[in-house]
Amino acid sequence: MASGVKPRVKVPKKATAGDVITIKTLISHKMESGQRKDGDGNLVPRSIINRFTADFNGQNVIDVLIEPAVSTNPFFEFEAVVPEAGEFQFTWYDDDGTVYETGKKIAIG
Amino acid sequence: MMMTKTLLGAACLSVFALTVHAEEGAKLIIDGEELTIRANAPAHAENIDEVSSGWIYRSKETQALQLDDFDNPAFVFVDQAIDEWDKVDGSEGKACSSCHENVEDFAGLRPTLPRVDDGKLVSMENLVNECRTERMGAEPWKWSKGKMTSMTALIGVQSRGMPVNVAIDGDAAPFWDKGKELYYTRVGQLDMACSNCHEDNYDTMIRADHLSQGQINGFPTYRLKNAKLNSSHARFKGCMSNIRAEPYKEGGPEFQALELYLASRGQGLSVETPSVRN
Amino acid sequence: MELTRRQTLTIGSGTFAFAALAGLPAFASLTDDAVAAMTNGAELIDGGIDITAPEIAENGNTVPIAVSAPGAVEIALFASGNPTPAVATFKFGPLSGSRSGSTRIRLAKTQDVVAIAKMEDGTFRQASATVKVTIGGCGG
Repeated sequence: MASGVKPRVKVPKKATAGDVITIKTLISHKMESGQRKDGDGNLVPRSIINRFTADFNGQNVIDVLIEPAVSTNPFFEFEAVVPEAGEFQFTWYDDDGTVYETGKKIAIG
Repeated sequence: MMMTKTLLGAACLSVFALTVHAEEGAKLIIDGEELTIRANAPAHAENIDEVSSGWIYRSKETQALQLDDFDNPAFVFVDQAIDEWDKVDGSEGKACSSCHENVEDFAGLRPTLPRVDDGKLVSMENLVNECRTERMGAEPWKWSKGKMTSMTALIGVQSRGMPVNVAIDGDAAPFWDKGKELYYTRVGQLDMACSNCHEDNYDTMIRADHLSQGQINGFPTYRLKNAKLNSSHARFKGCMSNIRAEPYKEGGPEFQALELYLASRGQGLSVETPSVRN
Repeated sequence: MELTRRQTLTIGSGTFAFAALAGLPAFASLTDDAVAAMTNGAELIDGGIDITAPEIAENGNTVPIAVSAPGAVEIALFASGNPTPAVATFKFGPLSGSRSGSTRIRLAKTQDVVAIAKMEDGTFRQASATVKVTIGGCGG
């Protein structure tokens, strides 16, 4: 696992059923591209987050395939429909097999 | 002074004359609070009329990153420091939170640093490491490494919006004098002083970069260039390398004195920690 | 053929321009290949897709990009001047609130960023934006 990985998500706490809300997510990750060389001229191996998904109550909102051209500390902003109260589940997949997850509840009212 | 301006101007012309000026009159409002990005220059900054935040000189896309704490990538590191705050480290079995219950209590500290304690000029980094070595029995953190810059960002952001207000008289006077001397001393193969860019030529383009006044009210700052938090001393080092000078040591007496002098040139600007720059 | 800098300078400017042009298709075709892999060579229709990017990026390391294509099932982003053009692909699920997304990307130099949307009816739409990546004086 890459060190110091920390996800952040911004989801409104409340929505009206059927609302479209904006979600922002960011995870601290160096996103080593595999293109850089170290001081000795050796290629630094690629180590990135290669996929990000957002789901709500088990249904998919967005599924992003990520390449090394996405910046360090990858950021995504997108919109979701909220049909009912429930929980968003955010998942980031690291090249090394590690999976980082975080959830965020949203109320209807 | 005019001569310098003309020469630099000519050098800029030979490269692309791109402008990345953001809109005039843009306001820096974070969470509904408007920060002071222009102020009348203090009397001791005798060669300028107005002091201005580096935020003004950035493109609107870079500016936008600082308008919302979620969009601002520096807050990833602030979050890491919040975790670190409660983490026990060292022989005494203590965390920051063992002594300092709430980090919010540090509101008001950032604008007054660096300051003189017992005849020594101290920066926030010194205070953090003093806690670590004297009270926690832990290893000191390196001046510009991640744990330190994250922690100084967390402590600094508690004072966001407060005006920079360092003491420059009394015990601080000799340090301030030294910092001022460094600011105006030409060094390196390019034979340039801080003032040549940041006083004589701010608001002009140096190649494709829009020169700022070199204010430090937003440090540690998240730079797009290296995608991490940067201490003011690390930035001084970068400037010195750019003018082909042998940089002073981070945390050393020269950079500390310069930090005090530069902070004093930003009197009246809001603390912007953690800012976003290119 | 090896050319020293001095020799290159003495060669006529016409030849030099030709050499510069000849350098371009290598990267362009990489992007074409990546796009073709997505579309299976289907026709690309202009319009119906928006890409928002800064005209000038202060640093190529972190360039904000937004894409939007109502009716898309997925939108892929390509950076035509990067060593590998693929950037990211947004696939929209049943609870997607709009067929749009934003991210921050790396651009190696001044170039066109290309967005391709695969639509619900199986057609493909394209849009591109030129981003000038500046080489900073000291900031960059």
